[in-house]
Amino acid sequence: MREIIKMIVVLTVLSAFSGGLLAAVRGGTMEKIEYQQLVFVKGPAIRNILEGCSNDPIVDRFKIKDGDIERSFFVGVFDGKADTVTFESFGKGFGGDIGLMVGVNINDDKIIGMGVTTHSETPGIGSKAKTDPKFSNQFKGLSAVEPCKVKPDGGEIDAMSGATVTSKGVCVGVTEAGNIYKRLKPQIAEKMKEFK
Amino acid sequence: MAKTITQEFVKGLWDEIPPFRLVLGLCPTLAVTKSVENGLGMGVAVVFVLVCSNMLVSLLRNIIPSKVRIACFIIIIATFVIVVELVMQAYAYPLFLTLGIFIPLIVVNCIVLGRAEAFAYKNGVVRSIVDGFGMGIGFTISLTALGAVREVFGSGTFFGISVFGPSFQPFTFMIEAPGAFVCLGLMLCMMNLAGNK
Repeated sequence: MREIIKMIVVLTVLSAFSGGLLAAVRGGTMEKIEYQQLVFVKGPAIRNILEGCSNDPIVDRFKIKDGDIERSFFVGVFDGKADTVTFESFGKGFGGDIGLMVGVNINDDKIIGMGVTTHSETPGIGSKAKTDPKFSNQFKGLSAVEPCKVKPDGGEIDAMSGATVTSKGVCVGVTEAGNIYKRLKPQIAEKMKEFK
Repeated sequence: MAKTITQEFVKGLWDEIPPFRLVLGLCPTLAVTKSVENGLGMGVAVVFVLVCSNMLVSLLRNIIPSKVRIACFIIIIATFVIVVELVMQAYAYPLFLTLGIFIPLIVVNCIVLGRAEAFAYKNGVVRSIVDGFGMGIGFTISLTALGAVREVFGSGTFFGISVFGPSFQPFTFMIEAPGAFVCLGLMLCMMNLAGNK
């Protein structure tokens, strides 16, 4: 009996100690890990969209609560003015969710660039949404507050050949980004004033 | 039979060098040594886990009941592995991405558990730390050497820097899985040759 109690006590104490230590380490590294993930996963797309900006958009970020979720926004400073914001949205693709970053100029509500970050589309076909600049560049200059559609649906985007579902998915993602932007514009504009 | 502290350390470097002599922990040895950097990174992670777990196991060896010792070892080892994982994610994210699943797999790495069971559970704290350090360094050296050979021949680079110039045709077999086996076998063979003299 005494042996069993000893085993239970030792295992319990050990597990509790281990849990405490891990919680402390996790707390200490969480912010840093989040930053690293931003740099290596979303960073390339953000930098691409905000090409030529004079700040580090990954450092100059802020969060806004949108219903239950918190969204991150990355600020781009051009010619000394913080007037561009980049944020993430999702569309439904052929193989699952397509994550994309959309950059919007808050003065004229125009999209300045779009880049796919995460996807599980068919390599070489749907995956071109991420790698082919010809496709992603079409989104430049579109209005962020209007729905984005492929040409057969009455929009302006040329779908990639063989990847209609992916192209539509990206359009849905961009439209969704527009909705987020419309919904949160007052807060975005408010926060942007802090970056000069 | 008692060894000096120095001997405890040195044995991990040659006489009982983990992947080559004890032939333990082959899974990460074969899988991550596609490049020097990966081998070194993996080695450093193992050194940390091994030293910390050996120290703690040795400290607690009179408290841990022998019937549940393996469970206790696993808790201790797993804790340090997750610490390594988090720290690596925070400060060396690209390395974390390439090592991927092999970091959490240190938990079940035979060397770490083997040293806890075979050494730290029976020896004092200082000796256990020294043993862990020696074994860890031995493991790191092995992985780095294997990684160096495979990277130099397999992709013509060393730490990502080209060594043979652009005209070199990489011997890609070396960075594939079979190359790892062949390479490890040849290194074992050479170590045995050197040891027999």
